[in-house]
Amino acid sequence: MGTPLIEVKNLRKVFGNVVAVDDVSFAIREKEFLALLGPSGCGKTTILRMIAGLEMPTSGEITLKGRPVFSSHQGVFVPARERAVGLVFQSYALWPHMTVFDNIAFGLKVRNENAKRIAEKVDDILAYMQLEDMQKRYPQEMSGGQQQRVALARMLVNKPDILLMDEPLSNLDAKLRLEMRAEIKNIHSQTGATTVYVTHDQVEGQTMASQIAVINRGLIEQMASPKTVYSRPANLFVADFIGYPTINLIEGRTGRQGEAWGVFIEEGRGFLETSYKNLPSDMKVVAGIRPENIRIAAQPQLNGLEGEVRTVLAAGPETVLRVRCGGQTFNLLASQEISLSSGARINLVLPPDSILVFDQETGRLITDAA
Amino acid sequence: MKTRRLILGYSRFKNYIRRPHIVIALVLLVILLFIVLLPFAKMVQDSFVWQFADSRLSRDANPGGFTLFHWKRVFASALTKNTLLRPLYNSLAISLSVSAGAMAIGAFLAWLVARTDLPFKKTITTVAVLPYVIPSYIHALAWLNLFKNDRIGGAAGVFQYLTGLSPPDWLSYGYLPIVITLSIHYFPFTFLLVSAALASIDSRLEESGEILGASRIYILRRITFPLVLPALLSSFILTFSRILGTFGTPYFLGTPVRYYTLSTQIYANIINRIPSVGYILAFVLIAISSVIIYFNQRLIGKGKSYVTIAGKGFQITPTPLGQWRYPALGMVTLLCVIAVLMPFVLILWQTFALYPSDYSLRHLTLLFWIGDANTAFAEGEAGILRNPLIMGAAWNSIKLALTASVLAGLVGIFIGYAVVKGRHTRLSAAVEQMSFLPYLVPGIAFGALYLALFSHNIGPLPAIYGTFFLVALVCIAKNLPFTGRAGITSMLQIGSELEEASETLGARWTMRFRKIILPLSIQGALSGFVLVFITVMRELSLIILLVTPETRTLTTMTFRYQEQGYAQFSSAISVLIIVIVVVGELLSRKLGRKGSI
Repeated sequence: MGTPLIEVKNLRKVFGNVVAVDDVSFAIREKEFLALLGPSGCGKTTILRMIAGLEMPTSGEITLKGRPVFSSHQGVFVPARERAVGLVFQSYALWPHMTVFDNIAFGLKVRNENAKRIAEKVDDILAYMQLEDMQKRYPQEMSGGQQQRVALARMLVNKPDILLMDEPLSNLDAKLRLEMRAEIKNIHSQTGATTVYVTHDQVEGQTMASQIAVINRGLIEQMASPKTVYSRPANLFVADFIGYPTINLIEGRTGRQGEAWGVFIEEGRGFLETSYKNLPSDMKVVAGIRPENIRIAAQPQLNGLEGEVRTVLAAGPETVLRVRCGGQTFNLLASQEISLSSGARINLVLPPDSILVFDQETGRLITDAA
Repeated sequence: MKTRRLILGYSRFKNYIRRPHIVIALVLLVILLFIVLLPFAKMVQDSFVWQFADSRLSRDANPGGFTLFHWKRVFASALTKNTLLRPLYNSLAISLSVSAGAMAIGAFLAWLVARTDLPFKKTITTVAVLPYVIPSYIHALAWLNLFKNDRIGGAAGVFQYLTGLSPPDWLSYGYLPIVITLSIHYFPFTFLLVSAALASIDSRLEESGEILGASRIYILRRITFPLVLPALLSSFILTFSRILGTFGTPYFLGTPVRYYTLSTQIYANIINRIPSVGYILAFVLIAISSVIIYFNQRLIGKGKSYVTIAGKGFQITPTPLGQWRYPALGMVTLLCVIAVLMPFVLILWQTFALYPSDYSLRHLTLLFWIGDANTAFAEGEAGILRNPLIMGAAWNSIKLALTASVLAGLVGIFIGYAVVKGRHTRLSAAVEQMSFLPYLVPGIAFGALYLALFSHNIGPLPAIYGTFFLVALVCIAKNLPFTGRAGITSMLQIGSELEEASETLGARWTMRFRKIILPLSIQGALSGFVLVFITVMRELSLIILLVTPETRTLTTMTFRYQEQGYAQFSSAISVLIIVIVVVGELLSRKLGRKGSI
């Protein structure tokens, strides 16, 4: 395992009387790709800026490559310029009064490298980023995608071991974003640099990261692999935030029917069997099921609900259906072939093994071990 | 344990202090304390202390001792009426009348230019701003050249020369001419403010009203007017507060008939060596203008929501004037002739008149421009272009304007940096508010503050009264509200990320400032630089109390010559000033345009 490359302990940041980051701790190892994922204003960018050294934390500790760069205990604060991390901003922050060459060469000049070496390195990185012949351009004369590449090049030319990225793709159009996603993933695997990537786009987090930290109101709700975060969300916030269309949540009480543990849906609409081997009985809970796990059946079945199709949103290979069952609307994903129109009555099946049960009071996922 | 806490406290303090924007903010705070707060404190102190010259006024005078004498003299004595109440009344009457006059002209012109299909809008905008660019007292001098009568002393003006009639005193001096000339000077100010507000209203807001069947008048009353009302009120208030402290015009047109305003009364008291009374009157002026500006800030705060109406697809459809198009153009042209052309011609004509009251073509001369020093004429003063005194003053003016604009601009950039970087901290707020304080203090009062502080030595620092440095310092301090604002705006536009990007690449602060911050903010600073240059070039009220023969400027020379009755010299110097500031103004437009690309 070794020591973690980036370690954050009890990090806290208060602006005036607003708590932006409230007791955040995590550690990531070398070559990991961590996505800080959360809604806007959740504190993820502040965490990144504190790691970069651009923001002074109120309290806590940050250790980079074994070296404490901030510690409120020991009164340590290493300013950004001495931390040697690479940072890409949401706005790219390219200097408008400098050419592409000068932008990229800046970090090398700071280190007093000789002019010849600088020119070589800039050439190399421009070739790598497919920006040949752009040396003399000014940032404003380039497209958004090209500016993004220059920003990446400027960061990479210094060969930092740690890359920090603050929503770097949010200003690009959808097609370019897809392209750059692959590009950044590629850069990560080639440089092997440990990466922290801030985003509010869950698809970005899911596709690129090896670890996701879901952040809400200055706290980490869950930190795990993308797969775990999706299939075993630690709580209702994560369940609801991750996944599109959003997860279906049904309120009820736990109980048994025969051998099976499950959830009695409120208003007596029936019993949802789960694959849980054990559940606390008669507890107020929320059952969750991902839209793609709901099936459509010809006849009423076990764990079935009858409903009426409200809207049909065909989106390329998939169709999103919104189905009204009793007092609740369900999202489900159906294949393209399905031909339904609104008003049609259908039977939904909620397979027991894809139902997650959350404690209604705390919002936490109930695990079978209990 | 205790030492550990001490060490920790020290290292925390070290980390706090190590951040460049904190250091800059602290340094600025000290500077601002020295050049803004300290003079104020000194002035308060002086008003409670017997001065040496006071022994003329009272037998109890005990120089250096505490006294309420000056306050009593101003607020509760037989002199209160003439020292405080009348000048206060005159100041308020002038300010109100001029604000109303400037508002009427400025708002109407703004509506014509911003909202209608009036022809030659661009030219009109350029010309209409000129009266505000030249020093305010130039209109007063032009008025005198036109309407002066021969009863008060000195020569009669063009009006008497042409008609043979001697204008009555109320036409030559006092309330009416002051109001007219100041209205002419200040209407461009309201014009600019109101046209900015009018230009920010989306025509579609009015068109929606039209579609719903409202008449033009109804739309103007219920939609347009409420939308610009905050801006109208705000420009009224700002104009009012500017006029309150104006000095040159009431001095030239008021004092000859003993018509005093607060500003001329302050000057008179200080010149007559009762500075403490002048200081107290300055407090009155500062108090009034602080209250006014406080209300304006509240008003703008409330009106803010109106500004957000601009959005995507913003458009302005000009209102057709129809048959009124050319009559309106005629009126505007007449205004430009009265406000710009006529004063200039009058001033210029005066400079060529051999005898002050003789404007005949036979007696036109270039003596006042290029004449040799000749004892037979003007007490041996040479024409201004060959007069070393005036050339010295011109050089002083330019040196002063350059120094003040460069330094005020630079400090403005630092203020912007410290304030924006430290946003939401108390330190940043303190720097921002302190740098705004000089805005509350009318020019003549600010000059009085500096006179109070710097005519003695402060601790180990020698008295700097009479030095160029002091005059430059007062000009810098007075202009900090503008350059600081400009610095904050441009720093907000630049955003902090551009600097942070260089920080993460390892650049030290000096390098970040030199390579990133300075080059990026210099564009915005440049137009502010020209603005300050022009402001200082035409400055009179601020420096009139502080200049000495060695540090005199063109404006103060105008003042002296006018006082001595050499209208030709004062007019000729005025022409010089006009040429310099108008060139500066046109230059700044060019720079401004470049900056917008």
